[in-house]
Amino acid sequence: MIGALPSPPPLPRFSGTHAHNPGVFLEYKLMYGMLFSIRSFVSKMSPVDMKDGFLAFQTSRYKLHYYETPTGVKVVMNTDLGVGPIRDVLHHIYSGLYVELVVKNPLCPLGQTVQSELFRSRLDAYIRSLPFFSARAG
Amino acid sequence: MAIFSVYVVNKAGGLIYQLDNYAPRAEAEKTFSYPLDLLLKLHDERVLVAFGQRDGIRVGHAVLSINGVDVNGKYTAEGKEVLEYLGNPANYPVSIRFGRPRLTSNEKLMLASMFHSLFAIGSQLSPELGSSGIEMLETDTFKLHCFQTLTGIKFVVLADPRQGGIDSLLRKIYEIYSDFALKNPFYSLEMPIRCELFDQNLKLALEVAEKAGTFGPGS
Repeated sequence: MIGALPSPPPLPRFSGTHAHNPGVFLEYKLMYGMLFSIRSFVSKMSPVDMKDGFLAFQTSRYKLHYYETPTGVKVVMNTDLGVGPIRDVLHHIYSGLYVELVVKNPLCPLGQTVQSELFRSRLDAYIRSLPFFSARAG
Repeated sequence: MAIFSVYVVNKAGGLIYQLDNYAPRAEAEKTFSYPLDLLLKLHDERVLVAFGQRDGIRVGHAVLSINGVDVNGKYTAEGKEVLEYLGNPANYPVSIRFGRPRLTSNEKLMLASMFHSLFAIGSQLSPELGSSGIEMLETDTFKLHCFQTLTGIKFVVLADPRQGGIDSLLRKIYEIYSDFALKNPFYSLEMPIRCELFDQNLKLALEVAEKAGTFGPGS
């Protein structure tokens, strides 16, 4: 999840090897820059006027899904290749989890790294409940 | 037209071939009286709509023609500045045509290089090891497919999101490239492709792919 201001909050990882790697903040900056460039690229390339804009991209190993709210909050999810369009999932992460648990929480300062344990655990539970999630070992 | 365009990018990220295949974009022509209720601004040598979206005229649309005569960037056909012309009440009522601006060759070059970099970053951001670059980029209006050959040439196809068979089309374009560009003794590697046979066969392959919806193996 990338906030509208330049300091992105840490993402919980559901698989993969680097769970608490400090180099992961470099990755977020790279990702933010890349998404910003892709959005600009897509708006120029599109043959007709766009409504939703950039949705996802995939490589040979992963698929990156993207959802942006009108306020500039970006929800990004990296999945396996077999996952189809999950715009509604990303929308729920924003409206049902982020807005409810972080925005409406008077103790969570907006624009900064999300420290809320409740948000983290609810998000974790939600992701694990998704039909396309399968707990793989490491 | 379900296949919008084809780009071929060399190892260094430079555009060496480009083909546009789509039908013209939606345009809106309206007659206006002074004062203009749209806010126009100059951007990148074009006059764009900044504010005042209505009736098919969207923000980001460019002024394409005034009173039926195509404008030349930020100048009218007579050489006057468009913004100045539209600021003068004596020129009204005026009929202006707005539409999505077409990309200039320079912009296409820049976008191809931009994609070349994005392709590389896509493989760096991978949560798994050994990822390729971006093979497919999806938006609500088009899908961009990219095939990178072992020699670093990228074939990029922009198509309708529902168009199928683009993977085999990309392989077919690679075949056409090796047959009509690489085997041409007058073609230098990594340089812009100016081979007539390449153009002809590429257009033919695009037609077949559009009609079939899929491109059969062994064609």
